[in-house]
Amino acid sequence: MTIENASGSKTDTEEDIVVTNENHNFQLPIICNADTLRMLIRKDGVRVVDVRKTEEYQQEHIPSAVSLPLAQLLEKDIPSAILDLLQNLGISDKMPVVIYDNTFGALAARVAWSFQYIGHPNTALLEMTFSQWKNLGLEIETKINSFPMKKHSLTINHSIHADASYVEAAKEQPNKILIDSRERLNFLTEHIPKAKNIPYTMLGSNGSILRSPEEIRRYIENRGIPVDAEIITYCGSVGTLSGLTYYALKLAGIENVKLYSKSFREWKSLGKPKEEFKDANYWDLSAD
Amino acid sequence: MADYNVKTTGNTGPIQKGVSRPKPNPKWGREEESEMFAQNVKHFRQKKLSDDDFRRFRLQHGAYGSRLQMNYSMIRIKVPSGEVNPEQLEKIASLSEAFSIGSAHVSTRQNIQLHWVQLEDVSEVMTGLVEAGLTTREACGNTVRNVMCSHFAGVCPDEKFDATPYAKAIARFFIRNPMCQNLPRKFKINFACCDNHGLARIADIGLIPEIKDEKRGFKIYLGGGLGAASFIGHLLEDFTPENKLLSTCMATIRLFDRHGNRENMARNRMRYLVHEIGWDKFQKMVLKERSIVEMTTASYTSKLFDVRAEEETRPFPKAVNAKMVKLPMLNERVTLESPAYERWLHSNVVPQKQDGYFTAFITLAAGDITANQLRILAGAIREFSAEGTARNTPQQNLAIRYIQAVDLPDFYSRLGSIGLANPGALTIASAVGCSGTTSCNLAITNSHRLAKEVEYKFLELGLDTDDSLRDSTIKISGCPNSCGQHEIATIGFFGGASRIGPTMAPTYTMLFGGSAAEQSELGKAIMRVPAKRVIDTIRKIIEIYKQERSDSETLNQWINKIVRGEGTGSVRNIENMKASLTPVMQLLPVDQDPEVYSDYGSDARFSAKTAKGECAA
Ligand code: HEM
Ligand code: SF4
Repeated sequence: MTIENASGSKTDTEEDIVVTNENHNFQLPIICNADTLRMLIRKDGVRVVDVRKTEEYQQEHIPSAVSLPLAQLLEKDIPSAILDLLQNLGISDKMPVVIYDNTFGALAARVAWSFQYIGHPNTALLEMTFSQWKNLGLEIETKINSFPMKKHSLTINHSIHADASYVEAAKEQPNKILIDSRERLNFLTEHIPKAKNIPYTMLGSNGSILRSPEEIRRYIENRGIPVDAEIITYCGSVGTLSGLTYYALKLAGIENVKLYSKSFREWKSLGKPKEEFKDANYWDLSAD
Repeated sequence: MADYNVKTTGNTGPIQKGVSRPKPNPKWGREEESEMFAQNVKHFRQKKLSDDDFRRFRLQHGAYGSRLQMNYSMIRIKVPSGEVNPEQLEKIASLSEAFSIGSAHVSTRQNIQLHWVQLEDVSEVMTGLVEAGLTTREACGNTVRNVMCSHFAGVCPDEKFDATPYAKAIARFFIRNPMCQNLPRKFKINFACCDNHGLARIADIGLIPEIKDEKRGFKIYLGGGLGAASFIGHLLEDFTPENKLLSTCMATIRLFDRHGNRENMARNRMRYLVHEIGWDKFQKMVLKERSIVEMTTASYTSKLFDVRAEEETRPFPKAVNAKMVKLPMLNERVTLESPAYERWLHSNVVPQKQDGYFTAFITLAAGDITANQLRILAGAIREFSAEGTARNTPQQNLAIRYIQAVDLPDFYSRLGSIGLANPGALTIASAVGCSGTTSCNLAITNSHRLAKEVEYKFLELGLDTDDSLRDSTIKISGCPNSCGQHEIATIGFFGGASRIGPTMAPTYTMLFGGSAAEQSELGKAIMRVPAKRVIDTIRKIIEIYKQERSDSETLNQWINKIVRGEGTGSVRNIENMKASLTPVMQLLPVDQDPEVYSDYGSDARFSAKTAKGECAA
């Protein structure tokens, strides 16, 4: 991880990292580890966003975190509304934002992606879930936090988003690859034609919401997907599981990744073509 | 892990709950085989490796193609002697979650299978398995398959000695051995614990521990096996001393390798060879070959067969108050109204030969278990089983052994917390079902789901509490190939398709009177039953039995009597039986009752779709 030390301010010897409240100049990696987050919290150089349900946030959360339940964001999933949310949480243009959930990173990923989509360049996912954080004995608090509103600009990042017509055109183009993030049995049942399956369950490993970049890269290469391909991820309904895949692919060094945020639910409701597999009763193997 | 260490107090450790330190990693797997697999998948995709070569390689490494979808595999994890430790269960849990369907499957030959794994991920699964000491090597293909051993071995009150180390030593000797990498066909070796348990007579080589003149040895049966045509194995000699165990196995395999039929795929199991040559002649050939093996085998080779290295050396703690332990519910009658715990004790727990210790069975539905259940179970095994491992059973259940009586209530409630505390494991309710149309290319019917339906229904009806049904078994295969071992069931079924009126419908051929163990018998085909009438048919049979039985006769005994034509009531023989069952077989025309013409798990019109099987590849 490279840590940029801009603005020439006095070096803080403690961690060799300079963060000041005024210049939010710490550029976050894709995944923020617990130590970095704790350091940033101590320096008051980060906005921590808790995307669990309001009640869960109210009970306890990571120090200084603000609450933005995913459902609230999805209620009005359009750039102007998301911009309002950002501003109300007191997030300015370059401020580091670290997002966490308690759902193996999928909800956090969807929120992070939305922030990036409207032009926030400095978001990261916390490497672990809230439960894991708590189980490690790391700091938590109950105080409800709010911060003064901040101005944020709006620069829509079209290159990371795909809609249904884009997906439909893409599936005919060889260098555009569709990845379905749902579990295997859902994928087998029906999926967008030509999609490849990387179930979200492949992405995490115990203790971390994402495996190492090397492992994820190997899964991709094993599937014969060129790393310079354009990859579009989708999942069952609102782009959470595929949001996590989006970040997994970024972590693995894939440059061009897009999220079909409305995913298979919209695809089906639009009556678009599907590939189905009805010749086996695979659901009956599940012990659930 | 940390939790575990607290309870372990060094080497000799009898500890609070009587848990031993874990066994060393058994190291069945090899890292380089996963890498090779990944390479070969790439070469296959790039067409540098032919379909046939790749298939042979894939099967040698334990991956079958999935039903009508060759891009997916069923991965068969070998569990030699059925012994699987908590770390391995946890590993299987996480691999099934990441790369399979979130459930694992216990097979009828003590393997554990992961279904619908993308071919590209098989090497990842293999790598994970190696870490936990497991392998898929030679779990399929024309090799020595998983070496089975009765799950009671070591705790069975009737056994002469524990066969487990012998089973593992044999497995270790033959795995990757050039002698058996390309046999005419698959080769199965089963160890029993005693005359009453195990599957010694339906294997190519079946072995039952025996003691003669205070020396250890085996009764060895050759040439048995189930399939489209099944045979019961022949006894080689009265007693085979321990020191001839390896040479006997080697001789048999060498003969099969040399003389086995490599042309006709359908008739190339060793049992056909034995049948064609005739047992007397084959027997002489084996004995002769054995003397050649004995004369020519280098001492280096014999050292590769190391029973002592597989022996249990950990001291198990003595059970507390062993002599005073009473578990009344084991022997008393229970009813549907009995407390759930008593019902479970009655049908899932048996005493061991070790005073004060018990073996508890986990009732699975057709062998399926979720990743989460596996994880919690792994913890429970560490906490409650003094040997700290599980064994999987050919009834597709799990046996957790060395549990003390005082711990049974806690163990039970732990199981209950994850939905694993169903009763019925050792009763007619625990039906066996092969994978059928859930994943098998050759399947005609959804035998897997049917086995689950039977189990749900029988538990709901409380048939597990009826001791007269206890020694009866239900086993179901989705085609004649017998992977569900239907021929050794009291009431067995194999799937087919029948025309009923103008419509095709899924049906099962029902067999009566099969049995396992040393007196193994093959079931006799009785009649065809529509898939959706199988449960009603079994219930009707039970009803007739209740009317007809004499005093204490069990269902199993009664059915055997009917098969022999020796019934004493109004149903005397198979013909009478068929007549009594015909009313159950009546179906309305398809437009009035379309549902009975479709199979379980699908609402679509039934059609028998199959693809080339890979069993012989
Ligand atoms: C013509 C092809 C096949 C034949 C003749 C065949 C035969 C058998 C037989 C006789 C058993 C044995 C039970 C025993 O010895 O105790 C067995 C086990 C089994 N077979 Fe097959 N089989 C065939 C193909 C398949 C295929 C294609 C699949 C699925 C992919 C399959 C899945 C199983 C399973 C799950 C078991 C359980 C036992 C184990 O763990 O080995 N079989 N098979
Ligand atoms: S018995 Fe038939 S359907 Fe069942 S697993 Fe074997 S080959 Fe497949």
